[in-house]
Amino acid sequence: MAARLTAQDITLGYGERVVSEHVNLDVPDGAFTAIVGANACGKSTLLRSFVRLLRPSAGTVGFDGRDVNGYRPKAIARQIGFLPQGLVAPENIVVRRLVARGRYPHQSMLSTWSAENERAVQEAMAAAGVAELAERSVEELSGGQRQRVWVAMVLAQETPYLLLDEPTTFLDITHQYQLLKLFARLRDEGRTIIAVLHDINQACRFADHVVAMKAGRVVAEGAPADIVDAELIEEVFDLPCVVVPDPVTGTPMVVPTA
Amino acid sequence: MRTDLPARAALLLAALALLAVVAVAGVSVGTRAIAPAEIWRAFADYAGSDDHLIIRDVRVPRTILGILVGAALGASGALIQTLTRNPLAEPGILGVTAGAGFAINLGGALGLAGSQSAQLMLAFAGSVLAVLLVYSVGRTSPLRLVLAGVALSSVLAGLSLGMRLMLPDVFDRFRFWSVGALAGREQMSHTIPLLAIGIALVAAMAVARPLNAMVLGEQVAHTLGGHTARTKLAVLVLVTLLAGAATAVAGPITFVGLMIPHLARRLAAGSIPWLMAYTMVLGPILLLVSDIGSRVLLPTGEVPVAVVTAFLGGPVLIWAVRRYGAASL
Repeated sequence: MAARLTAQDITLGYGERVVSEHVNLDVPDGAFTAIVGANACGKSTLLRSFVRLLRPSAGTVGFDGRDVNGYRPKAIARQIGFLPQGLVAPENIVVRRLVARGRYPHQSMLSTWSAENERAVQEAMAAAGVAELAERSVEELSGGQRQRVWVAMVLAQETPYLLLDEPTTFLDITHQYQLLKLFARLRDEGRTIIAVLHDINQACRFADHVVAMKAGRVVAEGAPADIVDAELIEEVFDLPCVVVPDPVTGTPMVVPTA
Repeated sequence: MRTDLPARAALLLAALALLAVVAVAGVSVGTRAIAPAEIWRAFADYAGSDDHLIIRDVRVPRTILGILVGAALGASGALIQTLTRNPLAEPGILGVTAGAGFAINLGGALGLAGSQSAQLMLAFAGSVLAVLLVYSVGRTSPLRLVLAGVALSSVLAGLSLGMRLMLPDVFDRFRFWSVGALAGREQMSHTIPLLAIGIALVAAMAVARPLNAMVLGEQVAHTLGGHTARTKLAVLVLVTLLAGAATAVAGPITFVGLMIPHLARRLAAGSIPWLMAYTMVLGPILLLVSDIGSRVLLPTGEVPVAVVTAFLGGPVLIWAVRRYGAASL
């Protein structure tokens, strides 16, 4: 099946500084794709180009055969949702009202709050496990709860494509796994997930498709079991290691040597 | 959300009722005591007596002026605090007040600020030019915008002070404008600035929903399908129009724009459209109450309204600093 979301020979950068050149990527539909790589390898930059936060200086990011920058903003926002890093909630806002903001692309200037919007918000809060926090102020929540509230916000957007920039950063290991399981479940329900992940072992465990990047280039992509080996990790992360099967899932597990 | 609507609407209606009471008080109370029956007759059975003239030509226009100026200052404060995500921002932070003051000083020095309407136009032009300058320097980020505004304000204030020290008659003229008052400003024609304020208030409601997405951060607003650049520009234009027109008409009464959004934000609980609606009602209430206070506080005469709003606003500012402190800056 042809991919709906694609990067075709794109060049990305900030001003004069080029981060990535000639990147090609077909995001597999209905799969969980993890983008991995060392710090500053251009993985977040690539993600930002998918959600129109960065226009490629050459090449095209396409969705259904059209340039993503050619869509009306709300139309593309109903297809592709994005959770950036470092989010700060407005003061005095309770959880359900923050989650309700995810309905923005489904509302027009004068439309009132519909039952459809309410249903989407309730389902999003239930899926992210924050339904019981609905009336709590976002400010007073823990870091893990807050991150799940933001996830609920982007779920309420009800987009078939969900892009996540290091969604597990700053969470303890329990919350990291909870969140990754949630994304895997969403994938099972038919959504396409693309996440920048720091932890290569988690990427291997949860993702169907791993994209390894180094210095702005895609050096390997494919199913974790097919591509992740000591040679790749050495190349991408500059880390001598052995790769063994994960004792629980059998997926590749990276163990650094010395 | 649907379930919140009755509570929020009830609160707005209550505030509107309070505004109505304050407006009636604004027409009734003053240094010259006029019996309630006489006030009624000024509208129902106009006879052209001194009392009737005071009611119809002084107190009513002054109250309308207070309502629109209060709404404009409150709304512009709410807009700029929301856009910069800075609870201590006020319209003056973009250079509106300093620009208006500088223009009046410069106009006075050049002999252009003879009439009240000339002053009004100078003040408005000064506001707009100052914001344009601040925007051209600081448009890349909210923090740069604030820094550019503060820097330009200091420079303009310094230049203004220099002119006033060297030219005593400029000083005299500026003194009247700089206190910020409704008194004595109801006599001139304010049709154009008040019309501008009215239109800008409607437009402010229209940008409220896009701002609802904007307060989640520009990246989120963008990926939610918002036109972030367009929204930012619209907000800056509206703040300039609202604060510029209000300052031109009534002088610098900055505290309204600083403190009213704080009170309204408690009530609005995160919703920008409701924040805008509440500020547009609470701003006039504060300004009219301050204006009434300015008439009755001193038996010898009027205290300028800006002094009274500062008196009421000071404690709120201290509370805000203690509550949010440097963390938000």
